[in-house]
Amino acid sequence: MAHENGMKPDDQVEPVLVSEPREWLLLTLRVIAFLATASATLVMALNKETKKLVVATIGSTPITATLTAKFQHSPAFVFFVIANANASFHNLLMIAVELGGRKFDHKGLRLLFVAVLDMLTVVLASSGDGAATFMADLGKRGNSHARWNKICDKFDHYCSQGGGALIASYVGLGLLTIISILSTMRLVRLKPLGYQRAPVP
Amino acid sequence: MEDSSKRIIGLVLRVLALGATLTAAIVMGTSKERANLYALSFEANYSDTPAFKYFVIVNAVVSVYSLIALFVPSESSLWRLVAALDLLVTLMLTSCISAALAIAQVGKNGNSMSGWLPVCNQVPDYCDHVTMALAAGFAAAILYLMALTASAHAALDEDDCC
Repeated sequence: MAHENGMKPDDQVEPVLVSEPREWLLLTLRVIAFLATASATLVMALNKETKKLVVATIGSTPITATLTAKFQHSPAFVFFVIANANASFHNLLMIAVELGGRKFDHKGLRLLFVAVLDMLTVVLASSGDGAATFMADLGKRGNSHARWNKICDKFDHYCSQGGGALIASYVGLGLLTIISILSTMRLVRLKPLGYQRAPVP
Repeated sequence: MEDSSKRIIGLVLRVLALGATLTAAIVMGTSKERANLYALSFEANYSDTPAFKYFVIVNAVVSVYSLIALFVPSESSLWRLVAALDLLVTLMLTSCISAALAIAQVGKNGNSMSGWLPVCNQVPDYCDHVTMALAAGFAAAILYLMALTASAHAALDEDDCC
């Protein structure tokens, strides 16, 4: 491809960078995954419900208390918000790298960094989802053995909004897995172009 | 790094991960304690909590998978399938350890906003037992992340791909 006119070895890298095909499928998946994880973050972070509940009855006068259900009350949901925020930031960064980062090819390792970071983000997002799922199940059904009452019968809007955030993050997780597999396969597919070795100085 | 040393590192990591997942599953599966509280006798068992059941199931499945994956010969094309399955298995391990940690944290500290009292005061031995299982599960997740890196590295460096 670059053997004409006796070019120096470091000039051989130049045409390789220009001819790398732009990956529209990967980019589309990343945009959708970014939307999914960002919406999961926002929906859970804005999850709050206030309710006046009758706590006790003295004689014939009921005593009401205003109780609030916020996502910060549960460390699992806080971790969920943080993990999804990280995942959406990663997606945004990878979209920016895909669109404008062709020139910043530090020693030909850009695709490797992208693949490794994708794997780490998938693992982080899956742990956030796992914690939030079981915490939501605990809130929905309670645990009779530990005498933990369910809270979803009183705060149903809080529960349904949390459930929506969970579904969005599952979609994001599935897409992130596919993206990770695709970006890892890209390393092998573009190997003949010299992407796995640093260019010879 | 030549192929044989890469392969040995991958095998060692997988054997360690097999040990960790097996330990986690067995230790969590045998956690049981009977306690008496004001003439009420109740039993704390891992199967009372769906998160701990998920933890035991995932760790058992992953240990069986690790055992099978140890015997895949390095020259066959199954190695790429093993690398892909390693990613899924790492996902499952991290989600199960995270879920179990979330529920265990509620069990230890309670949640005053929801009116959930901590249960570790009544069944301290059960709590210690579960903590050991969670530590093994955490080590398993980290070891599998390293094994995933090793197997992906081995699967991608073949010169006769695609």
